[in-house]
Amino acid sequence: MNRKIAPAIKDAVEFDVTLKPYEKFTLDNGIPVYVIKSDEQDTLQLEFIFPAGSWYEQESQVAAATNFLIKNGSTKHNALEINESIEYFGAYLNRNSYHENATYTLHCLTRHTEDLLPLLQEVIQDPAFSADELATYQQNMKQRLAVNLQKCDFVANRYIDKYLFGEFHPYGRVSTMMAYDALQPESLRAFYQKHYSYNNCKIFVAGHLPENMIALLNKYFGSTQWNGETTLLRPELPIQTADEKKHRIFNDENGVQGAVRVARHFPNRYHPDFPKMMVLNTILGGYFGSRLMSNIREEKGYTYGIHSQLYNFRQTSALNIQTEAGRDVCEATIEEIYKELQNLQNEPVPEEELSLVRNYMIGSILGDLDGAFQVIQRWKSLILNDLDENYFNNNIRIIKTITAEELQQLAKQYFTPSDFYELVVI
Amino acid sequence: MIHFNKFTLGNGLRVIVHEDHTTPMAVLNVLYDVGARDEDPARTGFAHLFEHLMFGGSVNIPDYDEPLQMAGGENNAFTTNDLTNYYIQLPAENIETAFWLESDRMLSLAFDEKSLDVQRKVVSEEFKEHYINKPYGDVWHKMRELAYSSHPYRWMTIGKELSHIENASLEDVKAFFFKYYRPVNAILVVGGKVTTAQVKVLAEKWFGDIPSGEKYQRQLPQEPPQTAAHKLEVKANVPLDALYKCYHIYKREDPRYYAADLISDILGGGSSSRLHQVLVKEKKLFSNIECYHFGSLDAGLLAIDGKLVKGVKMKDAEKAVQEELSKLQQTVIPERELQKVKNRVESLLAFEDMSLLNRANNLAFYELMGDAALMNTEFTNYEVVTTADIHREANIIFDEKNSNTIYYYADNQI
Repeated sequence: MNRKIAPAIKDAVEFDVTLKPYEKFTLDNGIPVYVIKSDEQDTLQLEFIFPAGSWYEQESQVAAATNFLIKNGSTKHNALEINESIEYFGAYLNRNSYHENATYTLHCLTRHTEDLLPLLQEVIQDPAFSADELATYQQNMKQRLAVNLQKCDFVANRYIDKYLFGEFHPYGRVSTMMAYDALQPESLRAFYQKHYSYNNCKIFVAGHLPENMIALLNKYFGSTQWNGETTLLRPELPIQTADEKKHRIFNDENGVQGAVRVARHFPNRYHPDFPKMMVLNTILGGYFGSRLMSNIREEKGYTYGIHSQLYNFRQTSALNIQTEAGRDVCEATIEEIYKELQNLQNEPVPEEELSLVRNYMIGSILGDLDGAFQVIQRWKSLILNDLDENYFNNNIRIIKTITAEELQQLAKQYFTPSDFYELVVI
Repeated sequence: MIHFNKFTLGNGLRVIVHEDHTTPMAVLNVLYDVGARDEDPARTGFAHLFEHLMFGGSVNIPDYDEPLQMAGGENNAFTTNDLTNYYIQLPAENIETAFWLESDRMLSLAFDEKSLDVQRKVVSEEFKEHYINKPYGDVWHKMRELAYSSHPYRWMTIGKELSHIENASLEDVKAFFFKYYRPVNAILVVGGKVTTAQVKVLAEKWFGDIPSGEKYQRQLPQEPPQTAAHKLEVKANVPLDALYKCYHIYKREDPRYYAADLISDILGGGSSSRLHQVLVKEKKLFSNIECYHFGSLDAGLLAIDGKLVKGVKMKDAEKAVQEELSKLQQTVIPERELQKVKNRVESLLAFEDMSLLNRANNLAFYELMGDAALMNTEFTNYEVVTTADIHREANIIFDEKNSNTIYYYADNQI
């Protein structure tokens, strides 16, 4: 045995990566239910999704506050009673709100599903939005904001999105003390009524379902037109980008690190360049062996980690490179970022590196698709963006076949340093 | 029920195989029985720095990550006060690549000066990012020093101070490696779409000829029982006052550990937990308050950690916390409340077990505790806890003499 010689491998590009199909059911009132079954474990994930993200709010923070407070008391039971009942069954009911959508997600042991559904019905269909709960929320969110505003990475994330999209666009709008103060129970209730209605709801279920799952969902969510039928408009909103591209901000005079952001606009996921950029982005800063990590962490030791990412926003995307670097090497870090961008413009990616990235990406997708909860996650992101398995399959094809020339072309088009916004927050 | 097979190689390396043929993936997990608690007090942060160096190339393989990525794999590692754990996930067809890489770095590292140089800087930036450049970032350094007088839990995994990391030499690194990173001090878990027969062959082939090393005999100074309350006041440039209280609890293997764990859930697990309900929602003294414990193998700490609502006085906030603890000491909790936290643990364990990687990590962890099979009886340890146990333990744990308190004050108005 010669330890210097690597064992033979099967190239990950030879793996057949397929998305396990979902089953679709329709409740009596028309709510679609997407299901990925897996009976190996006794666990269930049940998610309710509404078009109730910040895109739709007229006043800042209304979408997030509505989403949060739905769980904090119904007209029949207060927050404690509701939480106690849910938690008694060892269940976790989490809520989240994003730019487009807002979600309620239940994780529970399969045998408790039937006990939990009536509670979920009460939470989602009958929230109270009490003034007292709102006041507590406002105070606690303001305190949390005060702490976060001391963190250079938090502050940098706010500024870079503002430069890219403008502070009046939902992608660039940030939380403020004033916005929290302005929240009113009435506006939350109105937002809830309009956005959390039966005809806007989609349900995603994964895991081990009780046999009568669809009948149960029909009983609690499918038999009435809860919250009435509402019509939502989703106009595209104007983006106002900052004129000045280079920004330096002092947030903490004694800071020992700076948060560095280098970012530019990029077309959304419907553009043919998007899946190609997924590959180029991985090479640049999307995995441990990326150009940015190899140079700026593993060669120079300027940072604990540096990453680039493509935003998954619907209207338009952005490419964002981010790191926290030592205070005195922030400028050197930016210089190295530009060098790496230009290297990708000037030289084709060597075949060996490209092959490595293909294998890495396919292997990583294969790992991500392991298990029903993960598979439904993929489907959700396709379905909510009006896409299907063809989109997924096309992305896989591009990872397997994109050439070094195409990537260089892409870099020439999108990696010109003067197109990027740059920011350091110390 | 997690199925597994277990065998030991001639050099003392313990091997556990967890077959799961429903996944296309495989996981290879190596746990080394060394953590920050094993460090020299003058050279803290070493176990963690060492974890970084394990990616700097081994004796026959100059680059660890590249061949793994080429095989479609991903990897990472973590260091705690108790142990160091490395893991790889990759398509099962390529499992031998993981054996090749992991065995070569168990055989010997490259001990490259340049890698040490860079990783010292990287870890320094990690230290700054998490513990210096964040509001309240230094509190656990201070708390550990306040709560422990003798046990090496006095310092955090990242190290006591930056200089310890900056002064690490290649000689230190070599000595550390050959003392701890030996087959006899390691546990290998292979999980996923593999067979035990296949793993036996591969383990023998790649790990079988690595010199066994000497079994590390851990002899750590144990923490004597605390006999008086410890208190510390801190002023720092933070926006809100915060209160931290820690109480010594039990070793991980002590049966009383489970009651202590459930107590932390009663106080801080979920939105219906006592501290959140009374102190955040009803009395509005804190904007958030948590209760948890460190889950360490030697006797650890149960922590209560909250930010005060602006304008609330520290002594009023502390008194209200104290009242909640006293309620647990005075009144036996209702059966239903105990059942609630047990149910919470049951589903937590079930959700943890869903991921192949977690199962592999956990098998290694329980084997380190003495037997991987403990993983399958873990919930029973919680089921047997009674309301009387909770009552008794609350009286022992929340004894004022067993308390460590940090009053963390905002020194200016932001």
